[in-house]
Amino acid sequence: MTTDAATLPPAAAGPTLWGRMMKGQTGPVCVMLIGLFVIWYVGAVFMNMPGQLDRYARAKQDWNVSQLVSATLEQDRPVLPAPHQVAAEMYKTIFATKLTSKRSLVYHTWVTLSSTLLGFGIGTLLGVVLAVGIVHVQTLEKSLMPWVISSQTIPILAIAPMIIVVLGALGLKGLVPKAMISTYLCFFPVTIGMVKGLRSPDLIQLDLMRTYNASRWQTFLALRWPSAMPFLFASLKVAIAISLVGAIVGELPTGAQSGLGARLLAGSYYGQTVQIWAALLTAAFVAAMMVVVVSLFEKRVLERMGVRA
Amino acid sequence: MTGKIDKFCLVGAVFALLSLVFPLSGVDIDTGKNVAFVSDLPGLASAMVACVVTGVFFTWYGVNTVLRGCIILLVVVFGAWQAIATLYGHGLAGYASYGFWMFILSLWALVWRGIDVIANYRTLDHGKQQTANVIVPLAFGIWLLFLWEVITAGFGVPQVLLPPPSMIGVRFVNSTDILWDDFRQTFLKAVLAGYIFGCGSALLVAIAVDRVPFLKRGLLPLGNMVSALPIIGVAPIMVMWFGFDWQSKAAVIVIMTFFPMLVNTVSGLNAAGRLERDLMATYASGYWSTLFRLRLPAALPFIFNALKINSTLALIGAIVAEFFGTPIVGMGFRISTEVGRMNVDMVWAEIALAALAGTAFYGAVALAERKVTSWHPSFRVRRH
Repeated sequence: MTTDAATLPPAAAGPTLWGRMMKGQTGPVCVMLIGLFVIWYVGAVFMNMPGQLDRYARAKQDWNVSQLVSATLEQDRPVLPAPHQVAAEMYKTIFATKLTSKRSLVYHTWVTLSSTLLGFGIGTLLGVVLAVGIVHVQTLEKSLMPWVISSQTIPILAIAPMIIVVLGALGLKGLVPKAMISTYLCFFPVTIGMVKGLRSPDLIQLDLMRTYNASRWQTFLALRWPSAMPFLFASLKVAIAISLVGAIVGELPTGAQSGLGARLLAGSYYGQTVQIWAALLTAAFVAAMMVVVVSLFEKRVLERMGVRA
Repeated sequence: MTGKIDKFCLVGAVFALLSLVFPLSGVDIDTGKNVAFVSDLPGLASAMVACVVTGVFFTWYGVNTVLRGCIILLVVVFGAWQAIATLYGHGLAGYASYGFWMFILSLWALVWRGIDVIANYRTLDHGKQQTANVIVPLAFGIWLLFLWEVITAGFGVPQVLLPPPSMIGVRFVNSTDILWDDFRQTFLKAVLAGYIFGCGSALLVAIAVDRVPFLKRGLLPLGNMVSALPIIGVAPIMVMWFGFDWQSKAAVIVIMTFFPMLVNTVSGLNAAGRLERDLMATYASGYWSTLFRLRLPAALPFIFNALKINSTLALIGAIVAEFFGTPIVGMGFRISTEVGRMNVDMVWAEIALAALAGTAFYGAVALAERKVTSWHPSFRVRRH
């Protein structure tokens, strides 16, 4: 760089903010999201139009295009609610209602989230214990591993209603049955990931432990467990997402009274489309947040362990 | 093994010996007498003695051969058969007591050792090794079914809670017509249509995305994020839009299967190495011929990975979507209505059907993968 470079306009000194944004991921993702909103609005207009035209015809009302468009975006029970309607519903049920009320989405989210986290905790523990067993006991590996894999071919989400009904008949209601479904779903990725992770140390490292005359337990604590951490966190992200799905599906049968799944079902019974979309977007937001939290944990833990990202 | 004591066989022998001494059954409420004694049951008694003899013999005589494992397993099979015959043939169901459970524990210890011996079997003969690798999980699975049967029958577990597998099997065989109708509705119509359409469209979109880097940078992060979302929640919306029949289920499956396929295919299209691409360039091969001759074949392992993931997703999506409204046929419909009627055996028969269908579907995809991508390193035979 020569000194006369300073006299150049700053724009030429480097790429513009716009250019930088479009080079990376931020710009394209934003464009896609904006595109999604546009498609959503256009879709809402078109999908709600037939119903609106019916209404005009029945009321023998005259209409013009601008009236029609604004009406399709303001219906009570639209086929596809417009984004601003969903946003309004979410604001109303999240911020404008008392937290303890049955109408509050925060309350329903908490019901779903608590069983998600319980199931996730138990499932993770179970998955880690199974993986440790599989890695250390050959008989377990040979006999259990195929069953761990085939256990996932049972569509547990399909059995969910039965588990809930049966446990309900036994007097177990509410949190625990739902959490069991989450557990069943999320132990699997943890087991698979941890088996991979606990086996990830190189032979040369394992041999080093042997030269130190380390016991299996010491090898586990000092070598296998730390090397499995990246694998564990990758699995946890998958596991927490599916345990939320498990909790939501666990709320569908038996007309559960509370939870995001119950909101979905109630909305579909009474044709409250705005309510369905609000519950759905809330669930999506919760899922994304949980994955973010796990990622933050991962970052901290791996940093403390000195793993370079 | 030689010179060491085989603990599992010893435990098996001890428990079998105890089972000969302890009472087999509890007391019948009506008569106040024990239901069954070992002396009345020559079959069961001989099985117990066989377990004692086998256990003691193999505790000290420890040559770890397959023959040993097979003998142990045969004795266990005989014991298991006698145990079930006693449960159902002599009215022990619901009254089983210490002696009986000790016999089961003895079988458990023996079966563990039998499976263990075969699991540790190593040979260079590929066919024999394969057979051993199949026998181990199979034996374990059959053992689990046996335990399930014995525990539900022996303790007299109420059938609403958990019916024994034999009851489920009988119901399955007796209602094949209903099961077939449900299978046709849910699997042959909804799952296959949604799966083919979802995976196919995602494949085409992935090729388009691969062509345009801007799309790649914009869509891939979103696609990765979508995999964490509870997509199954769109089921009620799809039922509203597409009606109660299979079309709404197929729509849910299309949405569920789209993103895994998209993300996997896009990363698969980048799997071909620089060297191979340069080679194609030296052949003056254009975009399309490079795509079809090099990049798509190289992406096949990734594509099949997504196909396998989606095969399980599709079935679950269809069944859950049926909870939100169906015509009066389909697996999800049957499960939710029969639960309401407390016909638990029918529900379990449907679950067995779903598990079979899911396993077969996954297996078919895995087999196709083996055929199509046999060149991939992951399919090389591992020599021990």
